[in-house]
Amino acid sequence: MTFQLERVGLVHPNGHRALQGVTLMAAAGERMAVIGPSGAGKTTLLRLLACGLQPTEGRVGTLGASPWQMSARALRQHRARIGMVHQAPPIPPRLRVVTAVLAGRLGAWSTGRALRSLLYPSDIQGARDVLARLDLADRLFDRCDRLSGGQLQRVGIARVLYQAPALLLADEPVSALDPTLADEAVRALVAQSEASGATLVASLHAVDLALKWFPRIVGMRAGAVVFDAPASEVTRAMLHELYATEGSVLPTQGHDGVALPGLPAPGSGLNVVPLVRPGCR
Amino acid sequence: MSAALRPALLDEAQHDPQAKARLGALLLALVVLWPLAQLAEFRPWLLFDGANLKVMGNFLAGFLPPATNAEFLGLLLKATLETLAMATAGIALAFVLALPLAFVMTQSLSVSRIGPGPGRWRSLAARAAVRALLTLLRAIPEVVWALVLVRALGLGPAAGVLALAITYGGMLGKVYAEILESSDTRPARALLEAGSGRIAALCYGLLPAAAQELASYTVYRWECAVRASVVMGFVGAGGLGQLMDQSMKMLNGGEASSILLMFLALVLLADALSAGLRKLLA
Amino acid sequence: MIEAHVSATDRAQAAGPCLTCMAAMALIVVAVVASFAYLGIDYRALVAGDSLRLMLKFIKEFFPPDMSGAFLAKTAWAALQTLAVSALGTLLAVVAGAALALPAAGRLGTAARQGARLVLNLLRSVPELVWAALMVLAAGLGPFAGVLALALHTSGVFGRLFAEALENAPREPERALHDAGSGAIAAFVYGSLPLVMPQWLAYTLYRWEMNIRMAAVLGFVGAGGLGQMLYFHLSLFQQAQASTVLGAMCVLVVLVDALSSRWRRGLAPAYA
Repeated sequence: MTFQLERVGLVHPNGHRALQGVTLMAAAGERMAVIGPSGAGKTTLLRLLACGLQPTEGRVGTLGASPWQMSARALRQHRARIGMVHQAPPIPPRLRVVTAVLAGRLGAWSTGRALRSLLYPSDIQGARDVLARLDLADRLFDRCDRLSGGQLQRVGIARVLYQAPALLLADEPVSALDPTLADEAVRALVAQSEASGATLVASLHAVDLALKWFPRIVGMRAGAVVFDAPASEVTRAMLHELYATEGSVLPTQGHDGVALPGLPAPGSGLNVVPLVRPGCR
Repeated sequence: MSAALRPALLDEAQHDPQAKARLGALLLALVVLWPLAQLAEFRPWLLFDGANLKVMGNFLAGFLPPATNAEFLGLLLKATLETLAMATAGIALAFVLALPLAFVMTQSLSVSRIGPGPGRWRSLAARAAVRALLTLLRAIPEVVWALVLVRALGLGPAAGVLALAITYGGMLGKVYAEILESSDTRPARALLEAGSGRIAALCYGLLPAAAQELASYTVYRWECAVRASVVMGFVGAGGLGQLMDQSMKMLNGGEASSILLMFLALVLLADALSAGLRKLLA
Repeated sequence: MIEAHVSATDRAQAAGPCLTCMAAMALIVVAVVASFAYLGIDYRALVAGDSLRLMLKFIKEFFPPDMSGAFLAKTAWAALQTLAVSALGTLLAVVAGAALALPAAGRLGTAARQGARLVLNLLRSVPELVWAALMVLAAGLGPFAGVLALALHTSGVFGRLFAEALENAPREPERALHDAGSGAIAAFVYGSLPLVMPQWLAYTLYRWEMNIRMAAVLGFVGAGGLGQMLYFHLSLFQQAQASTVLGAMCVLVVLVDALSSRWRRGLAPAYA
């Protein structure tokens, strides 16, 4: 069992209930897509699986262990085996692509190696190979703030591919990509799962992509699992009921695309303390 | 386009292109660091030298308890009042110096800029001259003025007051001119165009809007002046600084710590007063 | 015809500036007068014919400044020493300031935050000249005391500025790395440091420029450089030499001002 959730519920500190009675399990090497309308709790579910959030009810087991009963050190090593692709790539703009990708293995590297890699990248070939799978190898030494939103999202995927985790989680990994690139990116994720035997759980906004690439579909709505079925058994009616639409268009890649909430632009969100502070001179 | 279609480019740039530049910068820094350390006589082991340690140790040991005998406290109070008085008097003189200079320098009161007329080049030259004067006044730190003036006027707060007046006059003048120019100049301009004199234009046109900001900055400068007054005392301009200089020359740790505590309290007080006044004026 | 409606507020505003403002003004005037009275400076003695003549004589002794080759060389050497003191002091302060900024930004817990902030406030509040006088005791006369004084005071300044920048930076990059199993140091260096680096660098350059002026002055208490030369020559009433040193100080300040504004304009895109 790669992961096992038993009647898991989560209430955020502000009182909002994000998950309700979720029971879900996956074997090693399985690939599943999580779909559902906005606010369904997909991101919360993934963050829970990534050991980023603690459940308020129920039990969580990942990679054959109970993460919240481990020592800090064991939890750290545990987390290194779980990789998460974020919807908004959490990459500082001034970092170069090569450093951003190599940061995927910081969990496995010693601090010394991590610091030395800043002076001279530790594994240029490895980073290049991973970027080549996403057709970004030519941007290896560029700064991340010179990339478009879609390219930055692919760098975020590349980082997790480089990490090569046993449990691969992806939160809307292709929301900023056009249909062709999105298809290729999902293909790369699936290929990684097939090659390394990792379990892949991806939340996707585009239903067509989910049905195309994933043999198992989990539908979520308002914090609960509505259905958990093989892709072949998912009917149009189920989808319409999930998205509460009647005879109108279901979200697909390229249509009804999700805006990419990125990091605040350099200098805007970063509340710049005025440089010329009133000094007594 | 997949990577397979570009085999020729696979071998390119196996090395970090920035590596050479970074290495160069690092070497340059190291090469500069050594002579820098020599020039500055950087010898950290001196901190642990026996004689120095003894002197410093005794001095620090005297820090506690701080001196509290009545005679010294009397001197301390007197010195504190002297410092406060020096700062206030200095700022007052600086204000008197700065306001007319800013008045001459500000473009928004320039009649000749409104339209062609006599004296255009003259007023341009006057403004440039005043700007140069203000820059010159600001260029030399007030402590330096104080040092020179002590030689001329003797020990005591007179040198400090004058030094503050000169440097802070320059600073206030520059900022006053900036404030006057950045506030809404239309009322003043309208008055000038209607033929009023420049002083009237200043008082009725610019001051009502800018007065708050001017006052706020002046109060802030007063707070800086309090700190500067203590520092100038070290070169003989009286007040807390001179007292501390004397105590340290006699290696009296207790007195030095009392003075330091008083100084910190004074700075806090000035900070609070200034913040309060500025809030009041806002 | 439009009837002018004079409301109560209009009338109140027309009555003139507020009462509190008037009271504050009155207090300030009283304070100024009291200050002059307390200082008891004898102005008449200052402007009396005799002392005015002496003052003019004093000023005249500054001209012409000593421009002999040997002395100019000494002055140039002292200027270089002042630059070196400012550079080294600022460098040390960056290291210490960055080290203190981490706890001050709350990265090591609340207790550490309070402690670090207290230390930083203490370092900042004591003026550089006072630090220099103390360091002369600890390390002896000479420029090293100046380096230490600048380092101590400026690390207080840097610690606070760096910590503020850190607190305002988004935490997502560092948190994401931490959640992927990275150690605390690596997560900070890869996640948060690149975000604050441009600001930290900008503060450092700005403060170095201010420290050059400060380093010139620290010599007054024995910390070497142009300041010590000026103090020395003024004490011996060698006005001509003192005038040269003053000129050197001016030149140094003007040069640094000009270079820094040019440099900062050139670097602007990198920090945009």
